[in-house]
Amino acid sequence: MPGASGFSLGGATLLTLFLALSAAGQGPAPPARIRAEDRRSGYHFQSPETQAMQDDDAANPGFLWVLEGEALWRMAAGPAGASCAGCHGDAAASMKGVAARYPAFDAAAGRVVNLEQRITRCRAERQQAPPLAYESRELLALTAYVASQSRRVPVQVAIDGPARPFFEAGRDFFSTRLGQLNLACRHCHEDHWGGQLRGDRLSQGYGNAYPIYRLEWQTLGSLQRRLRSCNIGVRAEPYPYGAQEYVNLELYLAWRAQGLPVETPGVRR
Amino acid sequence: MAKALIRVPPQARRGEVIEIKILISHPMESGQRRDEMGRVIPRDIINRFVCLYNGEEVFGAEFFPAIAANPFLAFFTVATASGELVFRWTDDRGTTESEAASITVV
Repeated sequence: MPGASGFSLGGATLLTLFLALSAAGQGPAPPARIRAEDRRSGYHFQSPETQAMQDDDAANPGFLWVLEGEALWRMAAGPAGASCAGCHGDAAASMKGVAARYPAFDAAAGRVVNLEQRITRCRAERQQAPPLAYESRELLALTAYVASQSRRVPVQVAIDGPARPFFEAGRDFFSTRLGQLNLACRHCHEDHWGGQLRGDRLSQGYGNAYPIYRLEWQTLGSLQRRLRSCNIGVRAEPYPYGAQEYVNLELYLAWRAQGLPVETPGVRR
Repeated sequence: MAKALIRVPPQARRGEVIEIKILISHPMESGQRRDEMGRVIPRDIINRFVCLYNGEEVFGAEFFPAIAANPFLAFFTVATASGELVFRWTDDRGTTESEAASITVV
């Protein structure tokens, strides 16, 4: 019977597809759409003048925050009078490579957290000090100081095990159309990187230089500030600072940036 | 917040032309912006900067609006004697800040 055999063939195909999909949930990540040899840090898309600012530590305004972060690292806070240095010692040794691994799954929190949130949790639990607001000068300074210890260390984040669902949520967010302009991250940063967007050149959308000194902001800012600006740019309602949607996206962006060196504090237009 | 990032060569030969770089931490509020209530944010920019080399002014600058936050200056002077370079700047609020760096001339 032609009808019956057609049905069973269709059933087998569906089953194969189902097995393939469920295997993809635990298996290796799909290949990145930008090949490793084409991968370029946002630095590559800046003017020579902006690149020169980043290259010279005496001309890079981000180092004002790094210096403040160094002071905060040694400063006792909270009733216990504990400082970051009291537990972690010399950041140059203890924090080297840490930022390259973030965002990372945090077992205590039960979710993926970014570097800012990890510092905030340490401050709350170990120092029992009043929290630092997201995007406050102090939190940016500490984050910049910690991340700058990983300069030149290649980005390498874990996306398997408990981090997997957060990675997949970030990957889906990257391709989800948003806002009145109805654009997804990937339309600019994968399909049209290197192209012109008004006076700016489109980067590939990585977070390896954050927190960055952005000339437009005239201050240091976090990756989430940049993501909010992108959302506002496509006329979407941005998520609040610290939103899990952004942390998931940060993890996906870090995975796309695998192998690029950490540049914190970067300088961007 | 660190007041400034300063780069002075720690050592120079007598008569050598040396480059001095300073990046000053300052908001350089233009006086053109308004806050969320529509009130003008008062202008607060650095208006005078000097560099003294062993007490003698070797570089001075007057600042005007339309200079970005955290201004960066690079200038040259001749290494004449070991001693101290003092950097001093005054803003619209009347605040004067000062930083110093030492140099050894051989």
